[in-house]
Amino acid sequence: MKPSYSPAEMMTVVAARELSDGEVVFVGIGLPNLACNLARETHAPELVLIYESGAVGAVPERLPVSIGDPALVTGSLMVCSMADVFQCFLQNGRIQVGLLGAAQIDRYGNINTTVVGEYIAPSVRLPGSGGAAEIAIHAGRIVVIARLDRRVFRERVDFVTSPGRRAQRHGGSIGSTRVITDKAVLESDPESGELVLAALYPGVDAAEVAAGVGWELHSLGRLAEVSSPTDQELQLLREVLDPKRLYLKR
Amino acid sequence: MREAIAAHVRDGDTVVIEGFTHLICFAAGHEIIRQGRRDLTLCRLTPDLIYDQMIAVGCARKLVFSWAGNPGAGSLHAFRRAVEGKGPPLQLEEYSHFGMVARLSAGASRLPFWTMRNYSGTDLPAVNPAIRTVTCPYTGEILATVPALNPDVTVVHAQRSDAQGNAQIWGLLGVQKEAAFASERVIVVVEELVDQSVIRSDPNRTVIPGMIVDAVVVEPWGAHPSYAQGYYDRDNEFYIAWEGVSRDSAALSRYLEEFVYGVEDRRAYVVRCGGLERLRAAERVCAGVNYGF
Repeated sequence: MKPSYSPAEMMTVVAARELSDGEVVFVGIGLPNLACNLARETHAPELVLIYESGAVGAVPERLPVSIGDPALVTGSLMVCSMADVFQCFLQNGRIQVGLLGAAQIDRYGNINTTVVGEYIAPSVRLPGSGGAAEIAIHAGRIVVIARLDRRVFRERVDFVTSPGRRAQRHGGSIGSTRVITDKAVLESDPESGELVLAALYPGVDAAEVAAGVGWELHSLGRLAEVSSPTDQELQLLREVLDPKRLYLKR
Repeated sequence: MREAIAAHVRDGDTVVIEGFTHLICFAAGHEIIRQGRRDLTLCRLTPDLIYDQMIAVGCARKLVFSWAGNPGAGSLHAFRRAVEGKGPPLQLEEYSHFGMVARLSAGASRLPFWTMRNYSGTDLPAVNPAIRTVTCPYTGEILATVPALNPDVTVVHAQRSDAQGNAQIWGLLGVQKEAAFASERVIVVVEELVDQSVIRSDPNRTVIPGMIVDAVVVEPWGAHPSYAQGYYDRDNEFYIAWEGVSRDSAALSRYLEEFVYGVEDRRAYVVRCGGLERLRAAERVCAGVNYGF
């Protein structure tokens, strides 16, 4: 039976559930933006949203159409310069979770948002890092949102914009990477840094996930269960947060 | 605006029109296009639609940037055509946002470079030899470095200033202060000119001091289709429509003919756009504070 929700809705809901109440999260553009605002409307009302544009503790009254939306300013706790965002918050170690998108991601969680093909004369030029490189390096842990597809989940990415396997992080501790896809959740193995299958969505089997991944996908001994979006989550997404389907395009 | 651009922006200059989503001075960009400037090195964290337009008409020789997309809406297709070998060539010098902020911080401090913990494990240093490292003389730690960026001219859009260019900004501050202090020449463009007593009544809100400003231009709606907090909202429909316009170079040319070359100045642009009042900001006035002693 076809589920009553779309893959994008499921990804957004699962990403929102990754965030704990009270956490300080660096919000990226696109679905991460929607996921953070859904979390704030449901189980995490005290989630502290920080945008690279300088809004700290944002409480947007409308779905931000970009990460620099004026609604992020109105009613926020603080608005600071971008130098303060990157130095006093991110490099200082104040960000617990960073949310990132990915055009390509490899076995070790390296992310490409720069080019498809060669850097010089690419076949597709993507936007580039923005703040993603430093978020991947400095945030306590990383949540990536990307649809399963062998063109996306590759043995090697064409360009490393944001490094995975976060062993290089100063202080020594390796924060985890969790990848929220449209069928399953992958997670970085704490020893090897390799992305492995951690949880399956309802009605999905492991072979289906492996088919969308360009490397031999290992899995955790015991897979976690992920429940379908609740009526409340779907109602919030469809009627309150994104009624115009800016993010949840059909 | 015509006089300010004519006096301060020259062919071959390194130009910064800053503003992170907020307060992007399209009015200055359009005037630079009308005056036919060439061989510019355009620097911005997010080139946005305005640099896409300037690239399309051939103002730019080089782009220095950290995120080249149409925020929340798609791609910058004139930029992409140039980089993907389907349009006039464009040199790139690419950083991350932190890297660009650091370059302007060094420039504003008149230091040769800035240090960060950054870039280890990324491919950015491999394609940009200006991203290097230094060994900390105190701890021995290897730190990333980026060189100072000192533009010839920076344009900062602000909500208001006095006639001397003491400019006040509220809402998102971006990297405007650093860009202005880093620059040899500074053009301040404001929505509203106010008496100096207004500035002096709230000095904490001043981001750019008049002492570093070379020209003040009063240009209401000068940041459209971006926004000015408390004045007007972002014209998001325009940003969404740009995806289609910029994808088709003929449509892009028609847009520029009508809204850039085909208007004399910003006032005429506002008339031609029509209906911008729909974007006028609602009132959310803050309480103010006591500066007494």
